[in-house]
Amino acid sequence: MLDLLKIAIRNLVRNWRRTFLTAGLITVGVMAVLLFTSLAGSFKGLMIGQFTDSIVGHLEIHATGYVASIDNLPLTLGMDAAMTERAEAALKATPDVVAYSPRVKFAAMFSNFAETTGVRVNGIDPAKEDATLPLLKSRITEGDPEGLLKPGQILIPDLLANGMHVKIGDSVVLIATNKDGSVNGQTFTVRGILSGLSGPGGRDSYIDINDARHILRMSGAETNEIVVRLKQLNDVTQAVASLKAALVQDRAPDGMPLFEVHSWDQLTPFATVAHMIDLLTLFIKVILVSIVLISVMNVMVMAVYERIREIGTIAAIGTPPRRILQLFLAEGLLLGLFGTAVGVALSLGAILFLNLHTVHFAFGQQSNIVLAPTIGTADIVTACVVVIVVAALAALQPAWKAARMNPIEALRHV
Amino acid sequence: MSVIRAENVVKSYRAGDVVVQALRGVSFAIEAGAFVSFVGPSGSGKSTLLNLIGCLDRPSSGKLTVLDTDVAALGRKESARFRGRNIGFIFQDFNLIPVLTVYENVEYPLVMVQEWPKRRRHERIMELLGAVGMADQAQKRPDQISGGQKQRVAVARALAPETKIVLADEPTANLDSETAHRVIDLMRHLKTTFGVTFVFSTHDPKIMAEAEIIYHLEDGQVKTVENAREAVHA
Repeated sequence: MLDLLKIAIRNLVRNWRRTFLTAGLITVGVMAVLLFTSLAGSFKGLMIGQFTDSIVGHLEIHATGYVASIDNLPLTLGMDAAMTERAEAALKATPDVVAYSPRVKFAAMFSNFAETTGVRVNGIDPAKEDATLPLLKSRITEGDPEGLLKPGQILIPDLLANGMHVKIGDSVVLIATNKDGSVNGQTFTVRGILSGLSGPGGRDSYIDINDARHILRMSGAETNEIVVRLKQLNDVTQAVASLKAALVQDRAPDGMPLFEVHSWDQLTPFATVAHMIDLLTLFIKVILVSIVLISVMNVMVMAVYERIREIGTIAAIGTPPRRILQLFLAEGLLLGLFGTAVGVALSLGAILFLNLHTVHFAFGQQSNIVLAPTIGTADIVTACVVVIVVAALAALQPAWKAARMNPIEALRHV
Repeated sequence: MSVIRAENVVKSYRAGDVVVQALRGVSFAIEAGAFVSFVGPSGSGKSTLLNLIGCLDRPSSGKLTVLDTDVAALGRKESARFRGRNIGFIFQDFNLIPVLTVYENVEYPLVMVQEWPKRRRHERIMELLGAVGMADQAQKRPDQISGGQKQRVAVARALAPETKIVLADEPTANLDSETAHRVIDLMRHLKTTFGVTFVFSTHDPKIMAEAEIIYHLEDGQVKTVENAREAVHA
């Protein structure tokens, strides 16, 4: 085998410019894939992190039917104290869960005593919310972000603050209708102004969960949403499954499950953007496969054509067709291996360089986000295996042709 | 004992719409250790006959046995295996592999065709390179040696896997007269040294005269046979 490889290498070196150019093409393709995968992956990871770490968490638990009506913030589809306790018990028993934050969400009228508008209010436990959504405080552009808020305080979105001419320290009133239809209101002091993720916008305000329960005249520890943070975002599918399994036995008298569990991508439209990034990555990979396929096949077809007499000679002296096939396959394979090895080395170098020389970028209101491209071993191995297999496949047809060549005709070839 | 026996061998092939009769009932027998030449003008069927003896092609009819093996009965893989074990080839254009050294060219059939152990390989290669006078050129590439030297390397390669028959199609056609005679002398010497049957084709009368047995081919038929061996014995 080593002798065969030696001959294959000599054959590649005999036309070193062509070999170099083809291997270079494969190198560029591998680099394009690995760098795009790492950069897109990093960008996607950062963007997903912005959503999961400041708005939706990694997954959420609701009473069954809540998510289908989530835009209405239905108070009738909440979780009473017993259900909340049951869900919390399931979360505590799930090893992947590192934090969770119960919320009371409702629609309210926001008044600055001169004007009134509608808002979405999130009643939160500040400590639990901070532990579950660590980037939420980074969205507080005005006011003290530490501790998020205290009872009697409110965080309001910047568009609302601008439109209603409300500043830090101003008093505002929230008026809401509870699930029994009675109306109640409470005065709050503006503690901070929140930026939206993708620029000014949003109508989500934050108050203390006990203030929310007071406005809605809730008697106990009712909630209508529990936001959950996991050790690893990648574990979300497994965590959703295990939570569903843990909560599946809790059923209403009509037999319907009491709880529903949704992962982050089921709760935010950004998941579509993430899927588009995945599609783009796939598209780049398809281009790589095409580059490798066409370039290796081109080289090997040329190699066979140029060496017809030589193939005739080695066939005439008794080289088995299998060995001729192996020889040309080895040449294609080595070409792919060489291009891939250099491509992986250069890609890793470039990724290291980008990590050493930090690249900053802005996304919506979030500026100074550090791009930290990383590439997983699985991505590298996949790219290598795909390129090498495709290189071998591309060499297969010319190699097969060489192995099947009639020695007499090959020896006559001019 | 005949190593090659042809009985009324016919070979025809199609060239476009025309059926060409390359061999028209050729019969002969070649004994082991003979130094045989097929001579004749271009198109007389010399190369076709060598291709058949070399198991590169099959007769259209008639019977051709090489080392007691019916050539027509061999499939593609069996033919390759048979050639690799028993038949060496020398080509008009030398056909050395340009990316391999002289040593590696001789080594090639022992590695790619048969699988000889390294030490045995080395001993055989050095023995052959010594026999053809190329031991001191072993590390040179084909483009660094002369035409005569290339053909000597080709002779060594043909003999490497302990072949029993060496077929040479116009082995001296690309050599000057003096070098051509040297190569033929070498072949004759190696025939004796290694006990191999040499069969070559030529259209050069001076080279032809070097053979022990000369078959004159014309229009795909053996017209006359000159047997210098018998003449000597007589």
